[in-house]
Amino acid sequence: MSGGWFGALLTLALAAVLAFLAIPVVAIFVQQPPGDVIAALGEEGALDALWLSLRTTSAALAIILVFGTPAAYLLATRRFRGRAAVITVIELPLVLPPAVAGIALLAAVGPSGLLGGLVEDAGLQLTLATAGVVVALTFVAAPFYLRQAIAAFEAVDTTLLDASRTLGASPARTFWRVAIPTALGGLAAGTALALGRALGEFGATLMFAGSFRGITQTVPLAIYDQFATDFTGAIALSAVLVAISAALLAAVKLVRGPDPLGR
Amino acid sequence: MRRAILVLLLPALVAGCGDDATVGDGGGSGTGGGGAALVVSAASSLKEAFTACGAQFDQAKVQFQFAGSDELGAQIRQGAPVDVFAAANTSLPEALAQEGKLEQPVNFATNRLVLAVPADSDIASLDDLVKPGVKLVVGAEGVPVGDYTRKVLANLGAEEIAAILANVRSNEPDVKGVVGKLTQGAADAGFVYASDAKAAGDDIKAIEIPDALGPTATYAAGVVKDAPHGDAAQAFLDDVQSGACHDALLKGGFGAP
Repeated sequence: MSGGWFGALLTLALAAVLAFLAIPVVAIFVQQPPGDVIAALGEEGALDALWLSLRTTSAALAIILVFGTPAAYLLATRRFRGRAAVITVIELPLVLPPAVAGIALLAAVGPSGLLGGLVEDAGLQLTLATAGVVVALTFVAAPFYLRQAIAAFEAVDTTLLDASRTLGASPARTFWRVAIPTALGGLAAGTALALGRALGEFGATLMFAGSFRGITQTVPLAIYDQFATDFTGAIALSAVLVAISAALLAAVKLVRGPDPLGR
Repeated sequence: MRRAILVLLLPALVAGCGDDATVGDGGGSGTGGGGAALVVSAASSLKEAFTACGAQFDQAKVQFQFAGSDELGAQIRQGAPVDVFAAANTSLPEALAQEGKLEQPVNFATNRLVLAVPADSDIASLDDLVKPGVKLVVGAEGVPVGDYTRKVLANLGAEEIAAILANVRSNEPDVKGVVGKLTQGAADAGFVYASDAKAAGDDIKAIEIPDALGPTATYAAGVVKDAPHGDAAQAFLDDVQSGACHDALLKGGFGAP
């Protein structure tokens, strides 16, 4: 490090940043004896929460991929009036506080919400039910995938798409065989980010779906529930979430490789 | 380890609160010396009632801090510049008095658990909760209202308890979660304090629970030892026992001690 005192200043700043961000995460792993933490994970409540989080997150991701991928392709490849407004609407949940997301979902599809009657007529129960958790996770996580997917599709060289069509491939075939494989790295990164957001969802789930073991109590809700009564259990579940999130982040870095766009 | 961190943080928190009080005082000058306001630390559930009557208190300008009783008690232990402490129980003010932090506390209100249902509900009593399909929402275990709910249920017959617990659809981390689920039509019934049901307004109907099933929660308050505004603090305490604040409490669904 050259630059004398300035270099030292930069190093000091980095050390402060690193300590501030890393110590709380490290504390989760060292604050309680590892044996207690592992034992706490074996308890029924913890397993129920992990299993429920796995199921609801998978369901939400499936919905996001099926609807989000074509929608992102359309937004990336077509220019139309109001496109910017559409993208703004799609990105809005990114910056919404979770409590607002919960209120918004209640106002929209809650029993006395805007579309509550329709939901009921369809024989669906969302509030206080597992389906409601999936709705909440999808709402908050979808923008993370969509943003990445739009960027990934926009980065696909248009001459590739043109060539595919000139060679006689239908637009659908071009989408499947050229666009998706070329954008796969970005799509995978978006999937990982959405997965991370869905796994960590707390506020919208609590307000919209409630908290009940095995039905609506996902891992973050179980952590909050155990915080008062069973701190070791809360730490154990937190450690699992930290491990999964770290793995996701590492996977994103690996998939993207050296990013030519610097994103 | 955890405790050590808390101890390190507390003075900072208290200092922060103290600063807030000073900043808040700057604007209005009460009748107290130096123009500082009377600082009242009160349990969250007292917010509606105290906010209503505090404006009418003419001895001094009153500045309220509403939070969990435990949190407020901890601040007073650390020497926060507070004049009156009003808690949602009797044990905490008594403990503070024993430690010499509070003058002799007085019981000033009671609160009781009720069964809250949406205004148009068919549910009329605890017995209706055993019917299959009733969506019941309660406070989680470890949360005061949740523990209190379980205490009341424990006085019912074993079969009734099992049937009612089978209908629980959500264990909420606080009373607001229970009330919210009811006003949004997501749940059919929930257990809350009478004052919460009252504060929720016309959307919610409160069904009384027989006295035999559960003791009422008693609220106690006291003047902080060496309070900055001792006279005004005593006057406020009197008001809470028999003046405008007393009336506001009764109006808000609280009972007399």
